[in-house]
Amino acid sequence: MSKFNMDPKKHPMPSQDPLVRNKNFKEVALGYDEETAVEEARRCLNCKNKPCVAGCPVNVAIPEFIALVAERKFEEAYQVIARTSSLPAVCGRVCPQETQCEGKCTRGIKGEPVGIGRLERFAADWHNSHATEAPIKPAPNGHKVAIVGSGPAGLTCAGDLAKLGYDVTVFEALHLAGGVLVYGIPEFRLPKAIVEKEVDNLKALGVKVMTDMVIGKVLTIDELKEEFGFEAVFLGTGAGLPRFMNIPGENAKGVFSANEYLTRSNLMKAYEEGSETPIFHAKKVAVVGGGNVAMDAARSAKRLGADVVYIVYRRSEAELPARREEVEHAKEEEIVFKLLTNPVEVLTDSDDNVVGLRCIEMELGEPDASGRRRPIEKKGSEFDMDVDCVIMALGTSPNPLLKKTTKGLDTKPRGEIVADENGKTSLEGVYAGGDAVTGAATVILAMGAGKTAAKAMDEYIRSKS
Amino acid sequence: MYRILKKRSLNPTVTLMEIEAPFVARKARAGQFIILRADERGERIPLTVAGCNKETGAVTIIFQIVGGATMTLNALNEGECIADFVGPLGNPTEVEGIKKACVVGGGVGCAIALPVVRELHEMGCEVTSIVGFRNKDLVILEDEFRAASDKFVMMTDDGSYGEKGNVTVPLKRMLEAGETFDRVITIGPLVMMKFVALATKEYNIPTVASMNPIMIDGTGMCGGCRLTVGGETKFACVDGPDFDAHLIDYDEAMKRARTYAEFEAKAREKHCNLYKKEVK
Repeated sequence: MSKFNMDPKKHPMPSQDPLVRNKNFKEVALGYDEETAVEEARRCLNCKNKPCVAGCPVNVAIPEFIALVAERKFEEAYQVIARTSSLPAVCGRVCPQETQCEGKCTRGIKGEPVGIGRLERFAADWHNSHATEAPIKPAPNGHKVAIVGSGPAGLTCAGDLAKLGYDVTVFEALHLAGGVLVYGIPEFRLPKAIVEKEVDNLKALGVKVMTDMVIGKVLTIDELKEEFGFEAVFLGTGAGLPRFMNIPGENAKGVFSANEYLTRSNLMKAYEEGSETPIFHAKKVAVVGGGNVAMDAARSAKRLGADVVYIVYRRSEAELPARREEVEHAKEEEIVFKLLTNPVEVLTDSDDNVVGLRCIEMELGEPDASGRRRPIEKKGSEFDMDVDCVIMALGTSPNPLLKKTTKGLDTKPRGEIVADENGKTSLEGVYAGGDAVTGAATVILAMGAGKTAAKAMDEYIRSKS
Repeated sequence: MYRILKKRSLNPTVTLMEIEAPFVARKARAGQFIILRADERGERIPLTVAGCNKETGAVTIIFQIVGGATMTLNALNEGECIADFVGPLGNPTEVEGIKKACVVGGGVGCAIALPVVRELHEMGCEVTSIVGFRNKDLVILEDEFRAASDKFVMMTDDGSYGEKGNVTVPLKRMLEAGETFDRVITIGPLVMMKFVALATKEYNIPTVASMNPIMIDGTGMCGGCRLTVGGETKFACVDGPDFDAHLIDYDEAMKRARTYAEFEAKAREKHCNLYKKEVK
C-alpha cells in the first residue's frame, strides 16, 4: 500500500438525506467514521511548506494532526489541535475552510483539497466521546481578568488566559454562554451540546461564567477595574444592531431581522414542541441576504414548516458570501435562490400583515470598493413575490451600549471599537476583538482575535507586576 | 437563580414581586426595565422596574398575567427562585430640570408610572398624577400615588370608582383651563398614550411615552422592538424605552404588538381555561 491516498476527491461527508433533514433540527453532517477519517488523512502529502497552516487564523499544526489521524492516534491528534484552538469541535463545523486552510492545500491544485475541516471535527468529536480525564487546572498566578461576552472571541481569550493561571470571569448578557454559537448558528449546523461541552471544558479550567450581566449597564468597565479589581478587560461583545433596508413596509408584522428569527429558534428553542417562545410559522418566506446567517435563517424557516423559502440576493451566485457548503446544503434542501434581485418594498394588507415582496432585477457593473462587481438596478424590471414573511439578513452594526457608558473608549464612525493589531483599545488594560472590532465576520477570525488579545493581556499584566 | 423575597396580588390579574437581584438594584432607575425568565424553559419577559432597594438588593416588578410565561411566573411563591433576571436595560426617564409635571398612567402601566412620580416628587417637582383603570376591582397602588402626588385624579372606564371616563378627560380639562406642565409623562396602553399625546400636542407640551414592545434580548441585538419615531426606525431597548410622544407611530406599534396574539391566546388556553375570557 502506498503511503498516500491519491484519490483526487475528498471522502464525502455522510449527511442526513436533504428532504428528510429539511424537516428536522438534527445535525445535517454526521461526521466521518474512523476508517473514513484514516483514509482521508492519508490524502495529506505532509508538504514541507505547509500552506494550510498559514491559511488558518489560529495556525493549527494541520499536517501534524492529520498524520496522527492517519496513524489512528486520535487523541494525540486532538491534543495537537487543542494546542492552538480552544474550540476544535466548533471550528471543524463552521469555519470557511475553502477560503482558509483547504483553500491553500496543495492537493487542491489538481483535484479536491484534503478535508481538513472534516478531520478536525472528527478528532474533536472522538476526543469528546472518549476522553475521560478532566483537564488539569493550572496553578493560579494571582491575577484577575474579565472577559465581556462569551462568544468565540471571549471563550478563546478566557481559555488561553485560564491556561496561564489567571483568575478569569466571563460576563454574558444572555442567559446562556456561547454568544453567536448558541443564539445564531442553528442546532442542525452546530449542536448546542457541543458548545456546552466547550464551555464546560473552560469551567473545568477554573473559568467563572456570569450570565445575565449586561456590562455597560449593570456594571461599567471602570467598575470592573476599580471596584472589582480586574487588572485587564477583554471586550468581545460581538455584532450588535441588525441592519434593515429602510424600504416601505419593513416594520410590518412578519418582517424580522435574522437575529430575532434565529434567536427565537436557537436560543429560545421555539422549534421545540411546547416551547413558551412564539415564532412565526410562515408558509412562504423570503430571506434577504447571501451570507451564512441568511442560509441559516432560510434553512430554519424550511424546518419550521414553510412550503417555499427564497434567498433574495442582489448580486450573483459567485458573490454569495456564505460558506460554499452552506449554499450547497441550502439548495439540496430546496431553498430557492432569487439572485440578482433586490427588494424595494414589503407589500402589506390593511392589518399590516406581509402579503408580498416587491423586488427589482439587478445586473452587475464595475467592481466597487469591496472588489465585488457592483449591482445596478434594471429599470422597469420590478416584480412581486408572493410571500407572507420576510427575514432581513443584511449584517449588523456595532452595539452602542458599551460606547455610551465607557468614557475614553474610541470607536470608528460606524461604531466599531478601535483596537490595534494586538487588540489594545484606547483605554489602558482594555482589549477588544471579534465582530465588536471588525464588524460582522467569522467565528474563526473572532477566535484569532481573542487569542492575540490574551497574549497581549498577559504581557501587559506581567509588565506591571 | 434569583429569589422571590415578596409576592403580593394587587388585583386579580396583576401581581407584585420583589426579587433579590443586588447588581440590578444598585443601578436601576425609574423608566428602566429588566428581562426575566421564570424557569429554564421560559420565555424572556421584559418588565419595567417598579422600584428597587439598594440596601436589601430587592428589585420590585409588577406584572399583568397575559400569557403562558406570565402565568408560569405567577405560579411561583415567596422563597422560590426564578431562573434569570437581567438589567437594568434601556435609558432612565429623563427628569432633570422638571419643575411641574403631569404623569398619566393607565392600567398596569401605573406600576411603572409610580417610580417616576416618586422620583419627581423627591426632587421637589410639583406632580399631578392621573391614573385610569377599567373598573374599581382593577385599581392598584392608589395610596402610593396619593402619597407622592400634589394632585391626584382617579378615573375608571365604568365610573365604579373615582370619575367616569378615560384619562384624557381630566387632562384636557386642565389644559383647557390654562394649566401648563414642563413635561407630561405617559405610561400605559398604546391607544391611551396615543390620545394623551394628541391632547398635549395641541398645547405644545413636551410629552414622553414609555414603550414596551415585543423584544428578546433587550440589548439591541434582535431588532424585534423596533418602532417608528418621527419617520425613523428606533429600537426601544437601546434608544428608549421613552420617546417623544408626539412623534411615535402608535398605529404601527399597536399592529406590531399583535404579532404573536394568536400564539399567546393558545398559550393562555393551554395554561388555564379561566383566563380565556378574563384577560384582554
